[in-house]
Amino acid sequence: MRSHALHRLAMTLPTLLVISALIFALLELAPGDPMAQLPDSIPESVRADMRAALGLDQSATVRYALWLRQMLVVEPSVALDGLLGTDLAAGGPRILSWQTRAPVMSLIAQRLPQTLVVVGLAYLIGTAAAVALGVWFAARQGTALDRAGTGMAALGYGLPPYFTAAVLIYIFAIWLGWVPTVYDTTHRVTGWDSAAVQIRQMILPVAVLSLQTTAQITRYTRAAVLDALGQEYIRTARAKGLPERRVLLGHALRNSWVATLTVIALGAPQIFAGAIITEQIFGVNGIGQLLIQSLHAGDLPVVQTVTMLIAVLIVLANLTADLLIARIDPRSTHA
Amino acid sequence: MRSARKLRLGVLLLAVAVALVILGPLLWTLPHDAMDLGARNAPASLAHPLGTDQLGRDLAARLFAGGRVSLAVALVAALVGTGLGLAIGLAAGMSRRLDGPLMRLTDIFLSLPLLPLLLIAATLFRAPLASALGAEVGVFTLITLSIGATSWMSTARILRADVRSVMQRDFIAAAQLVGIRPARMVVFHILPNIASTLSVSAALAAASAILMESALSFLGLGFPPDLPSWGRLIFEGTPHLGTYPGRSLWPGAMIAITATGVTSLGDTLRAKAIGN
Repeated sequence: MRSHALHRLAMTLPTLLVISALIFALLELAPGDPMAQLPDSIPESVRADMRAALGLDQSATVRYALWLRQMLVVEPSVALDGLLGTDLAAGGPRILSWQTRAPVMSLIAQRLPQTLVVVGLAYLIGTAAAVALGVWFAARQGTALDRAGTGMAALGYGLPPYFTAAVLIYIFAIWLGWVPTVYDTTHRVTGWDSAAVQIRQMILPVAVLSLQTTAQITRYTRAAVLDALGQEYIRTARAKGLPERRVLLGHALRNSWVATLTVIALGAPQIFAGAIITEQIFGVNGIGQLLIQSLHAGDLPVVQTVTMLIAVLIVLANLTADLLIARIDPRSTHA
Repeated sequence: MRSARKLRLGVLLLAVAVALVILGPLLWTLPHDAMDLGARNAPASLAHPLGTDQLGRDLAARLFAGGRVSLAVALVAALVGTGLGLAIGLAAGMSRRLDGPLMRLTDIFLSLPLLPLLLIAATLFRAPLASALGAEVGVFTLITLSIGATSWMSTARILRADVRSVMQRDFIAAAQLVGIRPARMVVFHILPNIASTLSVSAALAAASAILMESALSFLGLGFPPDLPSWGRLIFEGTPHLGTYPGRSLWPGAMIAITATGVTSLGDTLRAKAIGN
């Protein structure tokens, strides 16, 4: 068990290194020049100075090494300095945005709360609904309810989020006028009234994201609970006269946690990818919108750092899923 | 019984989408990029069954044209992705030496943030490919290749497991004993035995390729307006959702129909493959 965990931990760093090299190489291979938008009247010597100011006069290897050092050493120590008031960073070079010349990490820190509030809440609601629905459909297997529910889940799986968003916006924001169409990120919660406004504007983005999550996870939960319901201990539990509720929640659901938790942990980072689209629809200025805006502006330091951040989240989620399963079901480590 | 009905539903949905896209332009010959500035934002009428957009382009014609692009992308990207997955799955399943490295590669690709990487590739490689191959072919190549290159992993994993179990069977040992060439063994002994898994993977890859392409186009990083795909049409229609909802709802419905059809087809095929 412990050696399995250590093995998995030891594999994480090389994986992240390879991924960072892949991301850097993709950006490096792309032809294109950050100076291309500048007017032709700028003399060549000034252009060379501007390249040097962006650090582009160095070779690709040097820039990759610098980026790694910035992510692994400089930025963590800046974060520590902010927390503890020390001076570990000692003015080391931070990752700077080409567009704003601001540190990329502070751009991310500005954007992350909006993403986390919307995405995190949506994922919580989505998974809670999915587990509840999965158990419910499994308990009523074969009935009209189960068929309708699994049909809806299959539909929700095939419906792209921008389409459900468009339909929901049309019905609830434009037709019924219950909620605003665009998320206002400058809105500050100061009292009950503004909190109500905040909740109303969050309803649609959260609903779109959690619909997607629910559709995907319900299928797995239902299958896992059905699988457990076919086992002999369920017959034993029923034979000794346990109420059906205890059989379902105490025995069937409990034994299907491994499969369900795996899907939940593995799906968590994919939601950040889905958030790129949802943020674009509703105008939430989170991480996804930062990525799209920086891509359009050719701001490569922001693009590669945000992409790497999402990659780190995915790898961490995979690791968590693996360790969780090993903890719940030690048999899996001997397979 | 239930799976038969689901199969029929899948085939029906897919047939509706394909028939609309192929037969539509034969019955409705208006070009999708012809502008009729006298009839901008026209409502549905006999001349324009779905109305026109802000440049007076016929929306029905654009819907058919978009379908051709979306379905072509799905087909080619699924071929590329499944082909890559097949090659890697075969290599990893047949050779013990290649198995470890190839499966590590698959794991790494599975941890990549695919949508951001696709967005990066679609932005940065657009101009050079367009100048090398021409605007339309360039964008098409870029999008199908990048979707294909990021969708082979699950195919490779499933096929590797299948190939391994086929390799354990007696007829493989017999074939090896008579000294069969590897290429011949793949074509005549392995492929027929993994064909059902392969077709399921291809169907699911096609469904996810449609969704991925429309996501790229929806973010404005996919197809240009003169070569519209369904995703591009949604992207163009979303700002007018309040005034002309049909503009994004029709292409959205077509994507939903096609993706649901292909997915339920793949699901039923998979259930059948497991059942057998």
